[in-house]
Amino acid sequence: MNFLIELLISFSLVVSGIFGFVGSFGLLKLRNTMQRLHAPTKATTLGVGGVLIASMAYFFAQTGSLSIHELLITLFLFLTAPISANFIAKAFMTRNLSQDDLPPTGRDYGWAPFDDPPDTPPDARG
Amino acid sequence: MIEAALLFASGCYGLALLLNLWRISFGPDLADRILALDTMVINVIAILVLYGIWKGTAIYFEAAMLVAMVGFVSTVAYCRFLLRGDIIE
Repeated sequence: MNFLIELLISFSLVVSGIFGFVGSFGLLKLRNTMQRLHAPTKATTLGVGGVLIASMAYFFAQTGSLSIHELLITLFLFLTAPISANFIAKAFMTRNLSQDDLPPTGRDYGWAPFDDPPDTPPDARG
Repeated sequence: MIEAALLFASGCYGLALLLNLWRISFGPDLADRILALDTMVINVIAILVLYGIWKGTAIYFEAAMLVAMVGFVSTVAYCRFLLRGDIIE
């Protein structure tokens, strides 16, 4: 295998390992739940992206054909990580906070976990 | 060189799994535990892909894809259960 490709694969593997570890370490280290939400949803997702890039380069160097499985997994993870983070934040807010703990939204309607959605979407009002 | 990098990355993700386990056991809030489970699923995906590189087969991508889907659905289901007291209304 070409030395440069090997270097690229090893570099992305090491970097992604560090990112994954930092994500989980942040999950352990940060002070409260809303802060802890940041570490795994960003750093760990990036780390997995690095692993998938390394795997893509490795199998490209091995077989000579580009495999798109990794791209599928990356796309799926990058699409779902913000959604699950949003869900976890909403679950935390409904369980532990009341509407008085939060700053005002400055709109006609309140925070999403506590208030019903407006009848007409805000951009339709003109 | 790739073997050493693979071992390093696997060690990192193994340690990360242990840290997640700590957070699942002692996490003060239920949201912490769901978050730790979600992180654990992502780390397991990384370990599966690393093992696939180690073995040189592409089979483990299917496993990683399935784990990713099941993990996302379970996170959303757990959060919905906390939010609404029901999963499918």
